[in-house]
Amino acid sequence: MNRAIAERAARAVAGLLALASVLGSGGEAAGATVREEEVQAIASQLRCVVCQNLSVADSPSEMAGQMRDLIRERLVAGDRPAEVMAYFVERYGDWVLLSPPARGLNLVLWLAPFAAVVGGLALVLTRTRGWRRRPGAPERETLPAVGPGDRERLAAELERLGD
Amino acid sequence: MKIRARWLIPLAALPVVGLLAYGFRTDPRAVPSPLVGRPAPAFTLTSFEGAPVSLAGQQGKVVVLNFWASWCYPACYEEAPVLEAGWRRLREQGVVVLGVAIQDKEPASREFIRRFGLTFPNAPDPAGRTSIDYGVYGVPETFVIDRRGMIRRKHVGAVTAAVFRDWVEPLLGESPG
Repeated sequence: MNRAIAERAARAVAGLLALASVLGSGGEAAGATVREEEVQAIASQLRCVVCQNLSVADSPSEMAGQMRDLIRERLVAGDRPAEVMAYFVERYGDWVLLSPPARGLNLVLWLAPFAAVVGGLALVLTRTRGWRRRPGAPERETLPAVGPGDRERLAAELERLGD
Repeated sequence: MKIRARWLIPLAALPVVGLLAYGFRTDPRAVPSPLVGRPAPAFTLTSFEGAPVSLAGQQGKVVVLNFWASWCYPACYEEAPVLEAGWRRLREQGVVVLGVAIQDKEPASREFIRRFGLTFPNAPDPAGRTSIDYGVYGVPETFVIDRRGMIRRKHVGAVTAAVFRDWVEPLLGESPG
């Protein structure tokens, strides 16, 4: 609880500082209107570098907090979200993106599921085609009837199984 | 159809085996740094002694920039004596070792420096700016920067004598121009 309050306070201070720096630098266009949602939107697309499978938005770690501060700061300075993302990619590589860009070898990642679905469908269609009764095939009724000898054998086998 | 089905399973397994063969050969912890081969990001920090520590102040030197934390046991504890020894042995030849304590509490960092008797400049990175600028994702991580200010090597994990031998000393022969 204390920690949450402290974090909120820290954020407020960071926000005020950012605001002050913008006002101090002559109030650049983008300035003070950076909303927390914008910061979160970018943070949620970045991988927390010290975590396993957590975004910068979701991680409570100190480093993720510092990265969120940096995102906020850059937005306040007038950077567009794409430029903020590029800043992190420049330093950490595509690895830092939770959704890897669809190019190069990464295309395999994006296309494999679709290829698997299409391939699976094709496989099912080709393999089940033979299951349908062909026009000239014998009807079920014309199959040879089960004779008394077969019945006796069946009963015997079942008995043996029952033991 | 029968014959095709017989080949289908091993054929389907082939790419999986290939992927695993590739995956198991790579180090899962080694994240390639896009910064290697690029100019080292500039930074100006204030050392624990209050002196400015900047990259610009090291022009023409081979810089070993080490990111550490006092809680990073055992790797940071293993490498601290190695870094100190490397600094003492090579400083006259133009090597400078710089330590940056990240994600750390200042008293703990100071205690770490005292414990290992570190004499090379060490500075905290309070806002994490320098570590993010270098794409650091854990400790310890070490960057070897050549005389021209280019990042030549990123080493993840404890620095060993071999790092100095193979990656630092060869750079001393290069011209700073």
